[in-house]
Amino acid sequence: MSERDSRLPEPVSNAHDRLKALPQWQYDLLLIVGVVLATYGGFAVLGLLGGVGINSIVGFFRTVTFYAAVYALVVLALNLHWGYTGLFNIGVAGFMAVGVYTMAFLTAAPDATPAGLGLPIPIGIVGGMIAAGLVGLVAALPALRVRADYFAIVTLGLSEIIRLALLSGSLRSIEVGDTVYGTGGGSGIQYPPVDTIIPWLLERPVIGELGELLFEVGAAVGIQRSVILGGLYTAVLIAFVGLFYLFLSRIANSPYGRVLKAIREDELAAKSLGKNTDRAKIVAFVVGCSLMGLAGMLWMGSRSFVSPDSFMPIITFYIFVALIVGGAGSNTGSVIGGFAFAAFLWEGPRFVRSILNANLNLRSPPTIYDAFVELGSGDLTPLVGYLVGSLDELRFVLVGVVLILLMLWRPEGLLGHRKEIAAATDLSRRPSTPDRVAASDGGEPDE
Amino acid sequence: MSDADSSPTTADSAAGTDSGRRSVDDPILEVEGVVKQFGGITAVDGATFEIERGSITGLIGPNGAGKSTTFNCITGVYEPDEGSVVFDGTDITGRTPNRVATAGLVRTFQIAREFPEMTVLENMMLAPKNQLGESMWRSVAPGTRGAVVEEEERLRERAWEVLEFFEIDHLAEEYAGTLSGGQRKLLELARALLTEPELLLLDEPMAGVNPSLERKLLEHIHELQEQGYTFLLVEHDMDVIMNHTEHVIVMHQGSVLAEGTPEAVKSDEEVIEAYLGGEV
Amino acid sequence: MSAGTERGRFADVSIQEVIGWLLLAVVGLLVLDLVRQVLVGELPLGRLWAFTWNGIVDSLYIGLAAIGLSMTYSILRFANFSHGDLITTGAFTGWTAAYLVGGIGIAELSSRLLLRADGGAQPGAVGMDVVSAPIAIVLGLIVAAALTILVALAIDRLVYRKLRDASGITLLIASVGVALALRYIIALFYTTDTRGVVASSPQWETPAFVPIETINLHEATLVISALSLIVGVHLLLQYTKLGKSMRAMSDNKDLALITGIPTERVIFATWVIGAGLAGVAGYLIVLDRGQVTINLGWFLLLLIFAAVILGGIGSIYGALAGSLVIGLTINLSLVWIPSDLNEIAAFTLMIVVLIFRPDGLFKGVETA
Repeated sequence: MSERDSRLPEPVSNAHDRLKALPQWQYDLLLIVGVVLATYGGFAVLGLLGGVGINSIVGFFRTVTFYAAVYALVVLALNLHWGYTGLFNIGVAGFMAVGVYTMAFLTAAPDATPAGLGLPIPIGIVGGMIAAGLVGLVAALPALRVRADYFAIVTLGLSEIIRLALLSGSLRSIEVGDTVYGTGGGSGIQYPPVDTIIPWLLERPVIGELGELLFEVGAAVGIQRSVILGGLYTAVLIAFVGLFYLFLSRIANSPYGRVLKAIREDELAAKSLGKNTDRAKIVAFVVGCSLMGLAGMLWMGSRSFVSPDSFMPIITFYIFVALIVGGAGSNTGSVIGGFAFAAFLWEGPRFVRSILNANLNLRSPPTIYDAFVELGSGDLTPLVGYLVGSLDELRFVLVGVVLILLMLWRPEGLLGHRKEIAAATDLSRRPSTPDRVAASDGGEPDE
Repeated sequence: MSDADSSPTTADSAAGTDSGRRSVDDPILEVEGVVKQFGGITAVDGATFEIERGSITGLIGPNGAGKSTTFNCITGVYEPDEGSVVFDGTDITGRTPNRVATAGLVRTFQIAREFPEMTVLENMMLAPKNQLGESMWRSVAPGTRGAVVEEEERLRERAWEVLEFFEIDHLAEEYAGTLSGGQRKLLELARALLTEPELLLLDEPMAGVNPSLERKLLEHIHELQEQGYTFLLVEHDMDVIMNHTEHVIVMHQGSVLAEGTPEAVKSDEEVIEAYLGGEV
Repeated sequence: MSAGTERGRFADVSIQEVIGWLLLAVVGLLVLDLVRQVLVGELPLGRLWAFTWNGIVDSLYIGLAAIGLSMTYSILRFANFSHGDLITTGAFTGWTAAYLVGGIGIAELSSRLLLRADGGAQPGAVGMDVVSAPIAIVLGLIVAAALTILVALAIDRLVYRKLRDASGITLLIASVGVALALRYIIALFYTTDTRGVVASSPQWETPAFVPIETINLHEATLVISALSLIVGVHLLLQYTKLGKSMRAMSDNKDLALITGIPTERVIFATWVIGAGLAGVAGYLIVLDRGQVTINLGWFLLLLIFAAVILGGIGSIYGALAGSLVIGLTINLSLVWIPSDLNEIAAFTLMIVVLIFRPDGLFKGVETA
């Protein structure tokens, strides 16, 4: 390194070399932080130039960070299914629903309608994870035998069955003794929001003192208490992203992860080497479903009720877009994909709208016909106004087009092909063993 | 051997009692009366043969003779409709491919099935049987991860040695999908060896391999035979069969037509007939 | 060894057959219960007939769409998730044409062009029924087919043609993208509002010798159009060279390539037939239900998949039979279960069949 340092003419490649020389996890962390900072920087410059107030820019960042974290959680879980094992699960929304509804049932107040068991939130979360995993197990046992595209339809069917069952009037209220339990049908279940765990935590000894300190600092800078509480919940989410990442990276870099990867590449070949692929697939599927359940519960964390509308199949496809953007098969890619989806495809268009609204005196004509009529008379702004007014529709078109373009040009994801190596030890170079020379010209296969 | 009508229960118990005291002279693989049908077509029709321990046996026959289907019935890819496969005294009929492989009977494929998006070394590291870290929790849990890493380091050493033996260690960090056809065949064989098998079933190991690589592959096979491995190869190249095997089984229309030494089979009228008939 | 063989037989044949027999047994029991309910008087015959008739009507439009989905599945080798939005395309384009023609001089151009996106042009006022505006309705049907075909061909050229050699999953993901983009481009013009676009159906008082008192003419139009199209497709597949090539290709694409069947031409024909029928299905659904919404096709997609899977992917007659099963399932199941659970029954049936009889319910029966 010191030799290269003296070679001044090539500082760029030098920096790059140094980055490359970092341990993989540091490099990945830097990559994620770099992408996030660059994106926020870009948006900030764009927003300031575009005349968006500093407060709305900060608000935008908060929203993006929240969504980036929750998307990253589900995308990481899906990456275990699709990226690693090649299981094309398009029933993600259903598994999330099982997790959230189970938690709602466990934690809702016993005197509410529909009633719950009134258990503490952490128990609810564990229960939700177990339930999502169990549903995954029941689905996996028969479904893992079918072809990839059939598996897709089976999982989508299952997630719709779950949603329709939650929606149906038959399970809306079930009387047990004097208490009325049930799913609440279309109006859902009321339950204590997960983020109430933050104030609860702040009442504990050490955390509480740290929290007070934070509030004092905040007050000095002029940030409200509620804003800090919201930020703390996002911080908890980011911590969970870290945990998911750590857990899944450990799986990825292990003999077990190698078996999963081999299943994705060629299941029969893996079987022919003696690997019990059925068991490996079931374990991966159940663990992934359980993580999806957990991600769902954290996602709905600041809501106080859950209804079936939150689990339309389209949610699953958002997750897929995010995973494919980042590059299936890579945990780092999953996190970046979740972030990119939240920042550019989900919240980005709204940001553009606020810039346009700040600069142009836009009004939205009632229909696109009127917009075209006015375009005919030489006025472009009504059409722009209409399009800005139809931002939600445009956003879906954008998501669809991105998906198509990715399949056409970069099916391996925007980050390029990251074939992360699955081993618990470094395979990139052989440890220099003294008898290496002797072994290489020898030809003794086994001692 | 009458296949279909023989009382299977006695054969079963016989195999069972045998397994306790098997000697080196006992065949390592006994295939008896295997039948496999697809729809109305009988691909394998009562194939019966034995493989001697430590031998290199060739399995030949015209196209459509049922060689590959027989292979698939032995290795559990297909479940035979009738008949039995006994490996090293244990009945493995109808076992799933992974259980067959775990028993010590490992195969390669006609068209090499490498894992294209894994490096050559990763491909190799997958192979060793019963790795500690194949259990998810053991790989993840902090207490047991250390043992997994240690095992990985041992396996890595082993993988390098085998790669060196096959002289493909310079490809270790390449993605398997970028290898040439011949190199893939070598990788597949190398990978199969890492499972520590007793019997290797090679499906057309020389297909698509250039002559110099073919020579090398054959050398390796002979070297491995000396170390005690048994081989069964399906092969089309008659030179390979005649010069490199000790025993040849000829299949025709789903059953065994003839078997014996290469010389004996070569001059067998029926075999010549079948081949001429097959080629027209 | 004998144990192995027995196990072999059991695993190979029986699981599938057992599930087949089990399903048959369940159906048998349900039929017996139906007879009992009718005899006891729990279920009036009129209601049973209404359920059956609705089942047949549903199965006809599901069937029209299922033919196309089954064809693209077997010939282009992927599960086309944008098929539902071709149905939506047909519904919107067809009814726009009907309004443009039928509403001349009655309603504003803007209301007609955007299919009442602005709330103008009441269907009753425009006279949107088969008796008041037969020409407009028929023209709409033709335009629905034609424009849906054009849209499908354009999508094929822009997207799927570039992915001919890609894996089924890549195509599936791309088709999800197509589905989203197509649906929300439609929404951009027509808005996401659900609205009525068809006037209430005229009833035909039947002559005394017919057992049914009145016939809903819109439903009758749906039934007649759908049946004629199905017969047409049958004739095309059985008696034309193109039809034979298509059947060959759905059986085995490689074989078809070797034997010199021009694949691109067959793919073209697949889109023409598949998308045309999907467009017509969308148009007829709106005629029957009276309302149009951008989620029309997407919400039907899984039911159509269920029909295709039940019939065995690749078999067009199977898809039609599967549609009948699905249509009857979602309607006759109402005898036993509440109406918000009937789709669950259909999807459960689909999953059971996919897992245990992946070649379809009618496996072993000779199909095209």
